[in-house]
Amino acid sequence: MKAANVFFNFEITGESHTLDAYRNRGGYGALQKALCSLQPIDVQNEVTASGLRGRGGAGFPTGMKWSFVDKMSPVVYLCCNADEGEPGTFKDRWIFEHSPHQLIEGVLLAAYALQVRHAFIYIRGEFDLSWRRLKEALAEARSAGLMGEHILGSRFSCDIIAHRGGGAYVCGEESSLISSLEGFKGYPRNKPPFPAVKGLYQSPTVVNNVETLSTVPWIIAHGAAAYKEMGTEKNSGTRLFGISGHVRKPGLFERPVGYPMKKFIYEDAGGIEGGKKLKAVIPGGSSTPLLLPEEIENLTMDAESVQAAGSMLGSGGTIVIAEGTCMVRLLHVLTRFYAHESCGQCTPCREGTSWMDKIVARIAAGRGQSGDLDSLERITRGIMGNTVCALGDAAAMPVAGFLRKFRHEFEFFIEHGCSMYGGRLEI
Amino acid sequence: MSCLKDKFDRYVNDGGVPEGGLAPAEPVPAGVDLDAFDALRKTYPEQMASSLVLPLLQTMQEAKGHLTESDAVFVADYLGVPAMQAVEVLSWYTMLYSEPVGRQVIKVCRNIACSLLGAERLIAHLEHKLGIKAGETTADGRFTLMLVECLASCGTAPAMQVNDTYHECLTEEKIDRILEELP
Repeated sequence: MKAANVFFNFEITGESHTLDAYRNRGGYGALQKALCSLQPIDVQNEVTASGLRGRGGAGFPTGMKWSFVDKMSPVVYLCCNADEGEPGTFKDRWIFEHSPHQLIEGVLLAAYALQVRHAFIYIRGEFDLSWRRLKEALAEARSAGLMGEHILGSRFSCDIIAHRGGGAYVCGEESSLISSLEGFKGYPRNKPPFPAVKGLYQSPTVVNNVETLSTVPWIIAHGAAAYKEMGTEKNSGTRLFGISGHVRKPGLFERPVGYPMKKFIYEDAGGIEGGKKLKAVIPGGSSTPLLLPEEIENLTMDAESVQAAGSMLGSGGTIVIAEGTCMVRLLHVLTRFYAHESCGQCTPCREGTSWMDKIVARIAAGRGQSGDLDSLERITRGIMGNTVCALGDAAAMPVAGFLRKFRHEFEFFIEHGCSMYGGRLEI
Repeated sequence: MSCLKDKFDRYVNDGGVPEGGLAPAEPVPAGVDLDAFDALRKTYPEQMASSLVLPLLQTMQEAKGHLTESDAVFVADYLGVPAMQAVEVLSWYTMLYSEPVGRQVIKVCRNIACSLLGAERLIAHLEHKLGIKAGETTADGRFTLMLVECLASCGTAPAMQVNDTYHECLTEEKIDRILEELP
């Protein structure tokens, strides 16, 4: 397996995020190449051939997503989803802070492939340095003729508009993001019609993650074949994997897809804090079901392997939980989050997330009742598959996962009115 | 509220938004710079006025600290969108404040990665230090303490924001230092 770096390929300094620094490391070469010698369809075909899959969580093939768009439509929109909010995920922030021009070049290449005149970057409202770096980079790009009318003297014109969110987790869901960008509260919409057919202001719209778009310049510059050499057969390339929780060296790492999970935890992240034993791993952001130590023994970090193990790779944010952590109180952290972030549109999610949170809070306060666990399981079944967007499933899956794997801790808490592990979250 | 009711009555009684959009019922609220509104509007495609509801409310909040319902109606009138749309946006997004907040808004992450590294301990420390509970504002109007969900700082947890600025890898001592250095 060849390992090149798409992201971690330069030294971070006080200047490395600027246009000059990006150009000095070959930046905007791919855009130049595309505008001079490639047709829009060539760019799309190259991305399709690279096997690049969406890095936001769902892992849909990017080139295929682009191919669904009717290029003859009078208006096509591109939205970059930068509403990074899945707990455990912090990769898009790194791109904004250290290589914002890589994203801008990726947006422009995608816009060229899709013949987009106006592209949007929907960025989380909380982001501060990321927002400033993005605004600076957009201004630099505009004054260098890389954005706006007749980019680099070609016939291609495109404007990128940075739009700040208002602090809503659900807006990371693509149809919710579109509602929000249209100036409404971020209610997700039913699919079909998919955004590629009817998206922003009823026009064909492509929504891609920050990491996905930031990978496109590398693919155009080095070729699809070089990208496909990295990673696994079904999942090419590298990914920005984040690791957090009870590990010695939490952080962000770029690794080829299919990298061994154990090596990631014990070598890259330095192993468990205080030399403790591993209790569980949440492999792809807080919505993905957790895995036990024996389940990650030979696990590799690609969508197929993680799915076979009963979870999902999602956004690539690994959360490590050490022995001695109270899983009841930890689940309460998650149920509280989903109850807070449910947008209120679909009854099963709006009511279900609150019910689950109340029940888990009651158990964690030592006032659990017999039958609570059955109620929780019944509620998860009532939510899953019965909501407009995936937030319902995302809220139900952790509850189902915790109960399936740590039921004894919940039973102990209900029976004794106290935690098996002293209610500890910190180790 | 009366302002909103007036809009609603007009909307119902007149059978929808009158031609040419709603006339501004309020004078320009204090602190609002209409030139900044116009400048922001120019950065979006002309047909996308509706998209500006959130950016304009954010701009207004930066100037005013918090927003009222009549501010939302003002934005709706300026853009020619239904008043209810802007009022809904104001109440739905957690970063838009409908109540006054302190000059320094401290937002502490309480999500999973921060919890695993001591968020509860730090929240208790802040509550003790500031003499308020989470969700409250100090009597002198200096600090508001809020608990928020994931700030995408899991790799540098525990984390908090003071107004917009991120503070990461927090400890009690570090929090004390940050508070001391605040104006």
